[in-house]
Amino acid sequence: MTALRMAGLVLAAVLIQGALFRSGSGAPGDLVLVAVVAVGLLHGRLAGLLTGTAAGLLQDALGGGMLGLSGLGKCVAGYLAGVAGTQFIVTQWMSRGFLFLGASLLNSVCFMGLSMLLGLRRFGNPILEVLTQAVVNAGVGVLLFSAIEFMPTAREQWNAVLERRRKRRYH
Amino acid sequence: MARADAGRRARSLLVAVVLGHVLLISAQVATPAGPSLLRTTVVAVVTEVQEASWLVAGAIHAVWNGYAALRGVREENARLARENIDLRVQLQQARANAAGADEMRALLDMRPHLPWKTTGAEVVAGSLSPDFRAITIDKGLADGVARDMPVINSDGVLGRVAQPVRDTSTVQLLIDRSAAAAVRTERARAEGIALGNGDGTLRLEYLSATADVAEGDSVVTAGIDGIYPPGLGVGRVERIERAGRAFRQVVIRPYADFSRLESVLVLVAPAPVGSPLLAAPEAKVGR
Repeated sequence: MTALRMAGLVLAAVLIQGALFRSGSGAPGDLVLVAVVAVGLLHGRLAGLLTGTAAGLLQDALGGGMLGLSGLGKCVAGYLAGVAGTQFIVTQWMSRGFLFLGASLLNSVCFMGLSMLLGLRRFGNPILEVLTQAVVNAGVGVLLFSAIEFMPTAREQWNAVLERRRKRRYH
Repeated sequence: MARADAGRRARSLLVAVVLGHVLLISAQVATPAGPSLLRTTVVAVVTEVQEASWLVAGAIHAVWNGYAALRGVREENARLARENIDLRVQLQQARANAAGADEMRALLDMRPHLPWKTTGAEVVAGSLSPDFRAITIDKGLADGVARDMPVINSDGVLGRVAQPVRDTSTVQLLIDRSAAAAVRTERARAEGIALGNGDGTLRLEYLSATADVAEGDSVVTAGIDGIYPPGLGVGRVERIERAGRAFRQVVIRPYADFSRLESVLVLVAPAPVGSPLLAAPEAKVGR
């Protein structure tokens, strides 16, 4: 069930990324990376590693790039997110934000380093682009976690409302 | 103890996965085609889901755009009518010029320029990663689309088909950091290679040191890279940055607006000589 949920989350991230940034202008953030880091934090390093690998390969295959180029950064990011989630207390929004920021920077360094090493791409001055991506990813990641945490509370509240209505009707 | 074991197993798996990635990348560096079966399967499966999800997203877009577009339709209609008149005049001039050029070609006994057969396609998904500039279109191998076919719209060149599967194709846009096209400036016919900068612009490289290039020059495809036919509009020279005496960097702003791609044309094949396309130049760009 957990594996299905993780696969669903990654597939949803891929579909939303493709639908939101439908034109070719490029997205300011990477929802797939956010999903991978979230899985690593929630389910541990192994889940982060496997999800990162699958998500990265999916992105490479669909983006038309060399297979493994995005996968490498994402699997390492997912793994390290899992390690951070078990070794440190990552419950405050700020610490989560820093974790997403770090994972995003690591992913960019891996992707750019490999691309330059293989002579596939040239990056003039990517600092602003990389930082923007990292900040956007951090923001989306913090929001995603808030939503995940809010879900059980919302479900309880909704159940309580339904229960109250049922009682009122009965009386 | 069990926790330490799990940690060791996870670390071993990390090393194995990283090594697997390195091997996968190495295999593709050795043979540029790479493991196409894996790619083709993934693309074929996911793009089907993408198409389905796009139906939902497209419906929401359509409702929103339908209401939003009603505002200012009258003004836009008037503007389009004016543009239409201007374009008709330009078409007449272009036809006159083309007739003259054809006569010259006949005199010089040169091969005539063939119009291209096109197939229209809709964009079903955009870039799935900020690191790639690619789109997915709803035409694939079943529609006669093949790898490396040029993709254009009414503004100019958009890119090339990178990965066609049965019903869809991934198109690598010209602004992607790993995209390139042989181009020349229209005014001085200076040839070079346009490479994607990743920020929506292109840079012109391998340009002769003595080439006469100025800001505002129109850049078109040169037709020598085996992908793009000659004469397709690429963009305009936006700025020339000088660094030292010999070095200069030419930045091109593409004609196409990559942030608003909805419908595109794939140049499927040159039309056979004597086809109706040759007789009616305005029918070249059509579905």
